[in-house]
Order: sequence, then C-alpha cells, then structure tokens
Amino acid sequence: MTTSSGLLILGASLADGTRTDLYVSNGVLADPASAASDVERIDADGLLALPGLVDLHTHLRQPGREDAETIASGTAAAARGGYTCVHAMANTDPVTDTAEAAEYVQSLGERDGHCQVRVVGAVTRGLGGTELAELGLMAASSAGVRMFSDDGLCVDDSLMMRRALTYVKSFDGVVAQHAQDSRLAGASACCHESEYSGLLGLPGWPSQAESVIVARDVQLAELTGSRLHVCYVSTAESVDVVRWAKARGIQVTAEVAPHHLLLDTPLVSGYDTTFKVNPPLRTCEHIEAVRAALADGTIDSVGTDHAPHARQDKDHPFDVALPGMVGLEQALAVVVEVMVNTGRMDWPTLVDRMSAAPARIGRVAGQGRPLDVGEPANLVLVDPSARAVVDGAASASRGRNNPYHGLDLPDPVVTTIWKGAVTYRR
Amino acid sequence: MRHLLSAADLDLASATSILDVAEEMQQVQSRPVKKLPALRGRTVVNIFFEDSTRTRTSFEIAGKWLSADTINVSAKGSSVSKGESLRDTMLTLDAMGVDAFVIRHPSSGAAQQVAGWVKAQVINAGDGQHEHPTQALLDAYSMRHHFRSLLAERDEAPSPGSGTEFQGKKIAIVGDLLHSRVVRSNVLLQRTLGGEVVLVAPPTLLPPGVETWSCPVTSDFDAALAEADIVMMLRVQRERMAGGFFPTEREYVEGYGLTEARLAAMKPGAAICHPGPMNRGVEISSAAADAANSLVLDQVAGGVAVRMSVLYHLLGSDIGATQ
Repeated sequence: MTTSSGLLILGASLADGTRTDLYVSNGVLADPASAASDVERIDADGLLALPGLVDLHTHLRQPGREDAETIASGTAAAARGGYTCVHAMANTDPVTDTAEAAEYVQSLGERDGHCQVRVVGAVTRGLGGTELAELGLMAASSAGVRMFSDDGLCVDDSLMMRRALTYVKSFDGVVAQHAQDSRLAGASACCHESEYSGLLGLPGWPSQAESVIVARDVQLAELTGSRLHVCYVSTAESVDVVRWAKARGIQVTAEVAPHHLLLDTPLVSGYDTTFKVNPPLRTCEHIEAVRAALADGTIDSVGTDHAPHARQDKDHPFDVALPGMVGLEQALAVVVEVMVNTGRMDWPTLVDRMSAAPARIGRVAGQGRPLDVGEPANLVLVDPSARAVVDGAASASRGRNNPYHGLDLPDPVVTTIWKGAVTYRR
Repeated sequence: MRHLLSAADLDLASATSILDVAEEMQQVQSRPVKKLPALRGRTVVNIFFEDSTRTRTSFEIAGKWLSADTINVSAKGSSVSKGESLRDTMLTLDAMGVDAFVIRHPSSGAAQQVAGWVKAQVINAGDGQHEHPTQALLDAYSMRHHFRSLLAERDEAPSPGSGTEFQGKKIAIVGDLLHSRVVRSNVLLQRTLGGEVVLVAPPTLLPPGVETWSCPVTSDFDAALAEADIVMMLRVQRERMAGGFFPTEREYVEGYGLTEARLAAMKPGAAICHPGPMNRGVEISSAAADAANSLVLDQVAGGVAVRMSVLYHLLGSDIGATQ
C-alpha cells in the first residue's frame, strides 16, 4: 500500500475536462511542482480524476451478521467501487441506537475500514418506531452522528416522525426516511404492483405506498423546519412530491439507488430472489422518472443501498427471502451507463450526485471536495471507456446477491485513494 | 415436457393429449383392479408445504394406480422455522433419488424455484396465488365431458379433431380472483384451448393488471351469467372481509353468489364448476352445489384421471422420452 511517501498522478483530466497533474502527499493534495523526483508516479493519461465517492446508504452488517458482510469486506467493496466514504446503516444487531453502539461502529470503521465509515443512528429505539433513540448522545459521541434512519423500516407514526425531525434540528441532523406505508405495502409486499405482480401472484407494492409517506414527510419537514432525506426514491409519484417540496423551499433531499436506475420489474418473473429488493424494482415509466430527476437535481444523490445477504437468507421462496442486493462495486458503472453514456448527465454533475451532494447531506467534512491543492486526498481515477462483464463471484463483498452479474457494463474504477493511501488498484 | 409448472407450459397438442389420455385413465377407475404398470419403479414425492386434502389425495391415488412408489411429505411450516432454506430441504430429498416432486407451497413461484434446483421433475400442485395447472386441466376435462354430453343428447357426434370443443364457449370465473391460483391457470389454459373466459369479481378482488389478460372483466355477474356456458365459482375466504375487500357476506352473496335465483337464470345447458372447498351459502348456494348441472363431483373424479395422465406424460418412459 502506498502511504504518505507521496504519489504523483500525471496527466489526469478533472471532471470539467481540465488536464492536470495531482500530487498526493501526507494525505492531502499538494503542489505537483513540490514532488520529489523519486515519488511513485501513476500515468493517468486518458483517465478522469474525480473526488472519492460518498455513499449515504450502506449496509455493512457488522455487528451481528458478519457472515453476510463485515466492515472490512464492505468497505473493500466500497474502495473497488470508487468510494472513500460510506454511511453504515443502523439496522445491525444490536441496532445502532445509543452513543456506545455508534462509537463501537465508528471504532470498527477506524480499525478495519478501507474507506471512511460514517455511522447512521437509528431514529427510534431498536427500530421499534415508538420511542426516540438517543439521538443527541449519538450526535455528541465520538461518532458525531448527523444522519438518523430506521432504514429497512419506515417511521410510520406521524407524530414520532415530527418529533424526530424537530429534535435533530439542534445539532443539524437529518432524518433519512425509508418511505413505505405499512398498510398499502405490508411486510409481505415484494413486487411492484403492476401487471407483473398480478400475473406472478406476488403481493404488490404499489408506488403510492412510497409517495404517500414522502408527501406526509415533506410537510412535516416544512412544519418543523428540519432536514428530511428521502431514501431510495423509486417512483415517479415520489419524484413529483420532492419536486413540489423543493419548489416550496422545504429542506428535503433525496437519493436514488443504482438498481432503480437500471433494473426493471420483469426481472423478477423467474422468481430469482437476487432481484428481490425493497422498494421493489419498478417499471420503465418510474425508471425514466428517477433518471430525469437525478439529471435535473430533484434527486440530489445516488445511495447504493448495498445490502449483502448470506446465501441461506436468499434461498427461500420469493415472498420469504430477505430483500436487498449488493451495489457498491457497480454503482458508478450503472450511473455512467444510464446517465453519462446516454448524454443525460455530464461528469461534473455526476461528481455532485455521487460525491459532493452526499457529503453535504451527511455533513461529512473532507469528503466530496474539489481536487484542489490543500484538500484531503480522497479521489478515484476513472477510465470512462473501459467495459467488462460483471462477475458477482469476484466481489470484495461477502454478498453474492449481485443483480448485475453477467451484464456488460462500464468498468470505470482504476484506482481509489483515501486519505492519501491507495485503497484499490486494478 | 420436463416439468409442469404453469398452464402456459402446455401447447394445444400437449394439453389435448393430456385430456385424451385422461379419458383412458378414467376407464381404469371403473375396473375392479385399478392398477396400471406404467410407472413401476418410479418414485414420486408429494411434498405439501400447505394443507390440502383433495389435491394431495388425488395425486397420491393417481401415482399408486400407475404403480409408482408414492411418498407423502407434509412439510407445513417447516423449513424457515427450522432455519433450513427451501433449497436445502428440496436438495436433501432430491439426493435420495426421487424421480418427481409434486409440490404445493404457500409462496408464489416456489415450484419454479425448486425446478431450477433439483434433478427430479417437478409438478406444480399449487404455488401461492400464482398457478395450479393440474386444477385447470381437470376443469377443462370436466367441461369437455359436459360439452360432449350435450352434443350426444342432440345426437351430434363430437368433432373428430378433439381440442376444438372449447371454441366459442363462454366460461365465467367468479369470485376472489386476486388471491386465486386457479384463475390464472384457467385463463392461460383456455387461451390455448380456445374457451372465452369472462372474469367476474368485485373491483377489490381483481388482480393488478387484469386488463392485460385479454379477457373481459366485469362486476356484473348477472350479465355474465346470462351468456355463460360454464360458471366457475371460486371460494371466497371469510378473512377477506377483515381485509376490507368487501363489506359483509350478505353483500357479497347479493353481488357475486351463485344463488338459487341465479341458478334458475342460467342458460340452458350451462354447467357449474367449483374447485373446492366450497363455502355453501357464500359463493355458492346448496341448491347450485347439488344441482343436476353441477360438475363439482365430476371434477373430483376427473382430477384423479387427469393427474394420472399428467404423471404418465411426464414420467412414462415411452411418451416422456419422445416429448
């Protein structure tokens, strides 16, 4: 592993097309002219140098399900995907709902991480939905938690959601909501309600089960003047609500998961549980809506919802298998394929959606920064034209529930550098 | 044909062949010794993850009359609670050298998943709210009998090329279509056989996307009844009321029950089907269930013959090898 001895990156292009040399020294970007003649050099001719990617939505499964993923394996996958920061969701075992639990995850990240691990705290104790978790103590802990989410479960109760939003204001926190109306889409809902769910006989998950919660929550955000983040927006209706809320000046941000940008409902027709995810894969009109929203900024960010599972938790009938799919290693590939290669988004916009905006939303200092002299050396070198057939078995993640397996996709990540050290090199 | 997972797996030739061979199999049922040697030495495991009396029993009898070694495994509530995955459960049994699984499972798609995992052949005996292809076949078998007997009464010979009996026939399927695997298989099979299915249900019990099934859909049972050659009533479960799918039993019966009055309004020659178990007094009145034009018990009798035919088509050495 290259360390603080220095690394000179020659002839890279920045997102805006500017050609430049970059000198990584002591964890920061330094003036290339100051580089000693014997430092390691990387020929980056033809490569793009982008700020390291930041994920707001990562399931690292540690503590509790180390057979499915660990902080070491999950962040190794993150590094392969070009990420220098991930947000570890709170639905571990035990749940991250106290300062001690947050500090424990933080310490594991510092010890084992191949990228920065930011801790997400639960909104309610034990994700139970009835009592607030120790939001303030988690914020004040050494983990410095700023994002709170019961992800995997929706904060159903309107009053609980209002209280949480109000409470996190004093420390500039943000509540990230998994938007799922538990009556319109109950625990068994597993297929986008559509002609497909009807034919397959799978319990339907209507798109409105998401948007009615988003509509409620943006109004609660307005009422409280607090920050709301909408996890994995998957429907056209939710996009419309978020657009309306932003036009009104409500402090709402949103993310889209890579799988919702690329994969569609018919993939579940073979009952392959790899494609079971929550919210479910949607149909093309919704995919088109979230792509357009990501391009125009209605959706601020890409959140991977990287959700590795042990095989035995997927080898069940479709309605029983655990939902979720891995995503850290292919997220950039998917965004390049559907947004950049189609001309819908340029590279600076991609940098905003995958690095700068998530760092802003999560209040992560030192991530998502421009690659200027003096800034932290968190960056990724990208080959915009490389392609490869995805091999799910070759992943650094312990999860093999890779929905992109066998697809011919861009293979952009060449080198990832976090705090000046190379964390992945192809 | 390796597996029978969906009624859509059957083309007109194979569906007709199954129905024709079922006729021969039914002859066996009237013999004093009801045994054919066709599947001697083959092992068929009926694995039922959900309660079932008639389907399991009829598959068991069908296998035994064909001389297969038939084993029943009741796996209700098993694997997940024991911490074993469905895949492991099925691979374990498969490793014992089973020739075919007849599988009933409360989850949609389970039979298809199992077919992808095991070496044995798989027959779907009902998966969740998805499909029940042998039920659709036995429904078709009973309907065809009925259509043929009508022709015989009029001294008309059945058309020589069998498989045309369903042309122009209107089949109204009435009731809880949303949760029914029977309706999906019947719609798919009749698309192949040529019957015209009309779907009748309260709007709350229609599957999403039913408008893409290319059958007329209505909430006007009386209008559909006046045209129907077959009226197939589906069981409506009382717990659907709690789910808010309809207000009261009384209101359901008024709109969608085959009452005595509706029995009287049926077109001459029209017949009644019900896959069972029946809720007498709810979707079907006792008068209709026991009416002369009720095919309910014919369906049960035909069920054994059709399942013998299905087993024979999938596992029989001569036919199975050529298909």
